[in-house]
Amino acid sequence: MVRSGTLILNVAARLLLPLQLLFSVFLLLRGHDEPGGGFIAGLVASGAFTLYFFAYGRNALGEMLKVSPRDLVAMGLLFGMLSTLPAWWAGEPFFTAQWWTVPVLGIKASTPLIFDIGVYLAVVGSVLTAITALIDTDHVDESGD
Amino acid sequence: MQLAILAGFVAAGLAPLLHRWFGAKTPLLMAVLPAAFAVWLATLWPSLADGKSLLLEWAWVPGLDITLTFLIDGLSWLFAMLITVIGALVLVYTGEYLKGERDLPRFLVVITAFMMSMLGLVLADNLVALFVFWELTSITSYLLIGFHHTDPVARKSAQQGLFVTVGGGLALLAGFVMLAQAGDSWSLAVLTERGEQLTGHALYTPLLICVLIGAFTKSAQFPFHFWLPNAMAAPTPVSAYLHSATMVKAGVYLLARLHPALGGTEPWEMTLSLVGAVTMLTGAFLAIRNTNIKKLLAYSTVMALGTLTMLLGIGTEGALIAFVTFLLAHSLYKGALFMVAGILDHETGTKDVTAMGGLWRVMPRTALVACVASLSLAGLPPLLGFIGKELMLTSVLATDHYGGLILLLAFTGAFLTLAVAAIVALKPFFGLRRDTPNTPHESPAGMLVGPALLAVLSLLFGLAPGMLDSLVETTVSGLGVVEPGVHLTLWHGINLPLLLSVASLVLGSLVFRYWDGIRGRLALLDPLIHRGPEHGYEMLMAGMVRFAEWQTRFLQNGYVRNYLVMTLLVLLGLVGHALLVRHPLEIGFSVDAYFHEVVVAGLMIAGALASCVMRSRLAAVAAVGIMGFSIALIFVLFSAPDLAITQLLVETLTVVLLVLVLFRLPRFATLSTPKERWRDLVVAGSFGTLMTLLMLSVLNGDQLSRISDYMVSNSQPLGHGHNIVNVILVDFRALDTLGEMFVLALASIGVHAMLRFHAAEHDASHGLSGRREDHG
Repeated sequence: MVRSGTLILNVAARLLLPLQLLFSVFLLLRGHDEPGGGFIAGLVASGAFTLYFFAYGRNALGEMLKVSPRDLVAMGLLFGMLSTLPAWWAGEPFFTAQWWTVPVLGIKASTPLIFDIGVYLAVVGSVLTAITALIDTDHVDESGD
Repeated sequence: MQLAILAGFVAAGLAPLLHRWFGAKTPLLMAVLPAAFAVWLATLWPSLADGKSLLLEWAWVPGLDITLTFLIDGLSWLFAMLITVIGALVLVYTGEYLKGERDLPRFLVVITAFMMSMLGLVLADNLVALFVFWELTSITSYLLIGFHHTDPVARKSAQQGLFVTVGGGLALLAGFVMLAQAGDSWSLAVLTERGEQLTGHALYTPLLICVLIGAFTKSAQFPFHFWLPNAMAAPTPVSAYLHSATMVKAGVYLLARLHPALGGTEPWEMTLSLVGAVTMLTGAFLAIRNTNIKKLLAYSTVMALGTLTMLLGIGTEGALIAFVTFLLAHSLYKGALFMVAGILDHETGTKDVTAMGGLWRVMPRTALVACVASLSLAGLPPLLGFIGKELMLTSVLATDHYGGLILLLAFTGAFLTLAVAAIVALKPFFGLRRDTPNTPHESPAGMLVGPALLAVLSLLFGLAPGMLDSLVETTVSGLGVVEPGVHLTLWHGINLPLLLSVASLVLGSLVFRYWDGIRGRLALLDPLIHRGPEHGYEMLMAGMVRFAEWQTRFLQNGYVRNYLVMTLLVLLGLVGHALLVRHPLEIGFSVDAYFHEVVVAGLMIAGALASCVMRSRLAAVAAVGIMGFSIALIFVLFSAPDLAITQLLVETLTVVLLVLVLFRLPRFATLSTPKERWRDLVVAGSFGTLMTLLMLSVLNGDQLSRISDYMVSNSQPLGHGHNIVNVILVDFRALDTLGEMFVLALASIGVHAMLRFHAAEHDASHGLSGRREDHG
C-alpha cells in the first residue's frame, strides 16, 4: 500500500528529518522551563520518522533506526526506573528529585531530566512500534504479488 | 539477621551456578546455609533461656509503619530451629534422592527460597512482613508441588494447594488489617500485650474469622484439609519438609503467636478446639483408607495439625505445654517417616504398602529407623511421641468445653494413628517378602543420615525429657503463660491418660490386624467422601470458570461499540451519582465570549455533527480532525501552549495511523439496527450532558482550585522549573507518569502482538504465496 514517495517528498523528508529531530531534542531539553518536554518531543520525533518512512519505505526506516522500536520502549522504561535510584542513594523517599550542576559546563542536570528522556524514548518507541507493526502486516498481505 | 535472610534468597538464585561448578555435590553445599543459621540460633539460646527476647529492628517502609523487624523469642526460636535443622537434613537427603535429576538446580532454587521465606515468616514481628513471607511460602510450595510439571496430576495438585492457601491468605490479609486497626499497631510484640483491647474491640469477631480462615487453610484444617494429601505429588524431600515439618505448621504457628492477643475468649476456644478435634478425626479416619504410604503419612499429618489446633483451643497451661511437646515430637518423627517413605519409593519403585513386605532383610538400617520413628508416631514409650500424647490426653481430660465430645474424637484419633504407625512400620518391612518393581538395596548413607538423626532425637528426648524442660518453658512463656513450671517426664504413674493409651494400643492393634477388611468396608463410604469438601472445591472452580466465560462473553465481546457503551454507562452512573447526590448542583453562568471563541466552538460542534452523519469513512475522519484541531485552537486561545502542541501532534499522528489502517477496513456500512442507534444516541447524549454539567459545576465550585495553587506556587522553588505542566509530569506526579509509561509500553506490545498474530494466521490460512487480498 505504501510506496516510496515523489521526488519533492523524498527531498523534503531528507532535509526535514535532521531538523525535526534536532527540534525534538531542543523541546526535550527546554521542557522544564518553556513549552516542551519529553512527551511532546517524543511526538515530534515520531512525526519525523513517520515522514521519512512515507518517503523511503519500511526497509529504509529500519536501516536508519538500527534498533527495534520495541527496544526503544524498553530503554525508555529503563531510564524512567533509573531516575528513581539516586534518591534512594541519597537516603530520601522514592522518586525524590535530585539536582546536580555539571562542573565545567555549568549545566543543571537532574533526575527529572533523566525521567523525561525516558518518557521521550517510550513515546517514540511505542508510536513507531504501532506504525511498523501496521506496515509489516501490509507487507504480509502484499507479499503474494 | 534480616540481611542474612535476604542473602539467603540471593544464594537460592545462585544454585544453578553452583550446580554448574559442583554438580551433584551442590545440595550438600547448600545445606551449609541452613546449618549456619542453626548454629547462629543456637548461640542465641542462653539469653533466651534467661527469659529475654530479641528484637532486631529494621525499617522497611517507615511512613506506613511497616518494618522488617525480627522478633526472636522461645516460640520463633523453636520454629526457626526446626526449619534450619530439618532443612539442612532434607538438603542432604535431596542430594541422593534427586541424584541425576535434570532439574535439580531449579529444585534447589525453590526449596532454598522456601526455607528463607519460612524463616522470615516465623521471625517477622510486623504483620505486613509476616504476610509477605506467608505468601512467599505458598508460592514456593506451589512450585515444589508442581515440580514434575509435565505430570497433569502434579499440576492440578499444585494449583489446588495454591488456590486454597492463597485464598486463605487473602482472608488473612483482611484479618491483619483489622487486627492492626483494633490494636493500633502492626507489631506482633505490641499486639500480644494488648489482648484485652483486642478481644473487647468491635472488630474482634470479623478479624478472628478472617485470621482463622487464613490459618486453617494453611494448616490444612477441616474443611480445607484436602489439599495436603494431594500435595504429595511433590518429590518426597518436599513432603518431608514443607508438608509435614514446616510450612503446614505456619498456620498453627500464627495461632500460637496470636494466642496471647486473641485467645482466651469463648469463640476462640470453641472454634479452635472443635475444628481441631474434627480435623484430628478426619485425618486419622481418612488415613487408614489409603495404601499409598505418602497419603497415609499425609493424612496422619492432618491429624497431628488438628491436634495442635485443638490444644491451642483448650489453651490451658497444660495444653500449651502439650502443644509445644507434640509439635516438636511430630516434626521429628514425621520428617523421619517421610524420608523413609521416600527411600522405600526410591528402592522398590512403588508407594503401595501392600505391595511391599519383608524388606528388613535387605535394608535393616532403614527398617530400624522406620520402627523407632513409628513408635513415636504411635505414641508408645519410651519416645517423645508418647510424652506428647499423654500430655495431650491429660489436657483434653481437663477441658470443660464439650469435654466428652473432644475426648471421644481425640481418643479415636489416637488409636487410628497407632494403626497408621503400625501399617507404615510393619507392612513394608516385615511379613512375607514380595516382589517389587525395582530390586531394593540398603539405602545410601546420604539418604539415611537425616531420618536416622531425627529418629535418634525422638528416642533421646523420650528417654531424657528433662533436656527439653527449659526449651518448652521458654516457648510456652512466649505464648503468654507467666512463669510456667515445666517438668516433662516419661512416667506419670498409673493414671487415666495411661489407661487410655493402653486402650488405644489394644484398639489400634485390632484395626491393624483387620486392616484389609476395614478398608473394604470403608470403601462403601467412598460416594459420601467424594461429596466432601474437595468436591465443593471442584464445584467452586468449575463455577468460577463458567462465570468467567459468561462475563467475558457479556462484557468482552470484541465489539468496540459495546465496550464504549459499557464504559460510558459506568462513568455516567458513578460521576452522575457523585454530581447529583454528593454535591449540591449549582449552575449559574453568563455567556461572555469573544466572537472568535464562538466561531471555534461552532466549528467543533459542526465537526462532531458531521462525523455522525457522513457516509464516507474518510470524510468522517476529517470531521473528527476538525474537532481535534479546534480543541488545539482553544488551548492556544487560553494560553496553554503545551497542551496545544500535544493536541496538534496527537491529531497528526492519529491521521497517519488512520491512513495506515483505513485501507484494511471493510467497506463502510451501517451495521447497527435503528434501535441500537437510538440507544447509542441516548447514551452519547446523556454523557455529553453529564460532562457539560460537570464543567459548569466545576466553574462554580471553588473546592478544586487549591491543588493548582499549590502546583503554581511550588513549581519553581521545589521543582526548579517554570513550565508547570512539565514539572507536574516529571516531578510532582512522576510516579503516575511512570505508570503511564508502562501502560504505553504494554499497549504497544499489545498492538505488535495482535498484528503479528494476525499476520501469522494470515500466513497459515493463505500461505505466503496465496493470492492477493482484495481490499474494500
